[in-house]
Amino acid sequence: MSNTGAASLARRPRGIPSLRGLFGERNARYIMPAPAVLAIAAMMVFPVVYTFYLSFHEWFASSPKAPAFVGLENYATLILKDPRFQGAFLRTFLFTLLAVGLQTVLGIAMALVFNEEFRGRGLFRTLFLLPMMATPVAVSLVWLMMYDPTSGLLNYLLSLFGIEPSLWVADPKIALLCLVVVDSWKFTPLIMLIVLAGLSALPAEPYESAIIDGAGAGQLFWHITLPLLRPTIMVAVLFRSIDALKTFDSIFVITRGGPLYASETLNIYAFVAAFQYFNMGYSSALLVIFFVIVMAVSVLFMWLRRVSW
Amino acid sequence: MVSLGSIRWRRRVKTLFLYAFMLFFSAPFIFVFVWMVMASLKTQLQNTAIPPLLFFEPTFENYYRVFTRTPIVQYFNNSIIVALGSTGLGLLLGLPAAFSIALFRQHGLALAVLSSRIMPGMSYLLPWFILFSALQLIGTHLAVILSHLTVTMPLVIWILIGFFEDLPGELFDAARIDGCSVYGSFTRIALPLALPGIIVSGILAFIFSWNNFMLSLILGGSGVRTLPVAVYNFIGETQIDWGGLNATATTVTLPVVFFVLIVQRHVVKGLTLGAVKG
Repeated sequence: MSNTGAASLARRPRGIPSLRGLFGERNARYIMPAPAVLAIAAMMVFPVVYTFYLSFHEWFASSPKAPAFVGLENYATLILKDPRFQGAFLRTFLFTLLAVGLQTVLGIAMALVFNEEFRGRGLFRTLFLLPMMATPVAVSLVWLMMYDPTSGLLNYLLSLFGIEPSLWVADPKIALLCLVVVDSWKFTPLIMLIVLAGLSALPAEPYESAIIDGAGAGQLFWHITLPLLRPTIMVAVLFRSIDALKTFDSIFVITRGGPLYASETLNIYAFVAAFQYFNMGYSSALLVIFFVIVMAVSVLFMWLRRVSW
Repeated sequence: MVSLGSIRWRRRVKTLFLYAFMLFFSAPFIFVFVWMVMASLKTQLQNTAIPPLLFFEPTFENYYRVFTRTPIVQYFNNSIIVALGSTGLGLLLGLPAAFSIALFRQHGLALAVLSSRIMPGMSYLLPWFILFSALQLIGTHLAVILSHLTVTMPLVIWILIGFFEDLPGELFDAARIDGCSVYGSFTRIALPLALPGIIVSGILAFIFSWNNFMLSLILGGSGVRTLPVAVYNFIGETQIDWGGLNATATTVTLPVVFFVLIVQRHVVKGLTLGAVKG
């Protein structure tokens, strides 16, 4: 422990008083991170505090009137009287649940298929990085083009199988599902690569003894592979869930939350409230609720991690 | 008895099936990019043809039009300035912080940085919009660079904590005994040795800033339009110019592909802030 990493520097060796006495040396632990901490305070803490403050006010950025204190009115309206908020609330969870669920199941399945030694494995791995890293706006627009009801590729593919064309993202019933597909296209490879890395680090002994005991492939997977991989998968699901709740680019670009709010999530609604209606107080209250949800989900996962691992 | 030939034959069939399976699974993930490049090489008529054309005579007309008739070069420059600025600033602030967190085991600070990654970007965007509007900074590089700092700095810090912790502690002990200060060990030992980590985190930060849409859209206004915003603006038209859109989309994606090739081993780490390896 004593000699691992840079941490050993923190121990103060005796007999070097010349440095110990210096102010900068004594307070290096405060001085070195200070610029970053200040930046976090200015760029992240202040905005959150200000959002919280604004959430108790009525204020339209488009009008010259100053913010007026209204107490909890914004919150009351949102939660009790705004069906658009209630819809967005449920949709945010539905989207996250469907997207992360699909990605996790597909990602694990694909990892099992690709967990073989074969020529060109490296190339495949590299190609799988592209969907998650490519500029989201760019690839989302390609999806929009493929979803086009008249000249899009997907309806053409359907017609090859004699299936009726679909409106895809223009159909309120399936718009959200179409966005789940786009999100899964982007992030299934992420789960797959994480599981693939986990698979290659698994110990061989449990498998050897289980095979001697006559376990089949399915049993090996359910009783050895999956339990051993669970910590890795949980971390992946945690990060994916947090990001899926906040999905903005693909939804905004492909449907803008439409048609008829059918794919509007909390993030999108907050954006529209702020930058289309300029209803800053209302949007702030929405953001505070959204922020609490994201934090709650993160804490829930941390708790799950402590309880079940 | 099974002959050697039949075993070999069976293995071949198995490999064949495996490859077919892999191709089937991976095709959709690659195809979207192929379709994007294809669409960028088609005329508007070919892009809206029913059924969609798989074989056609490619034309570079879209690229020519986009580069001569739209200020795409200026958007490209904006994207470069913003990404370089926010990455440089992120490294400048993040490097000493990451070193300090690794050195003094400041877990609380690490957690604060992590929570800034968890926070929705929207809850920063609204106050900044108000603040930057009041300061008349909307549509300036400064506003966009500062906002992208919230993307680049936490990423840089988290990736680099890992790199600094992996450095051998004996080096720092030796430096200490020779009378080197904390700052000296940072600039003379940690920085040179963690250079690969600095490059990796820098490239990842650059990509995430380059890709950012929401912050640039609002804070960049019409003054500092970055490439993702320029791509998005194609769909505002009454009739979407698919060829031009895809030519621009290909242009914005190309540098990302190049950078991903360099840092491929670290991409998954970057997306999960070092929590898991890919």
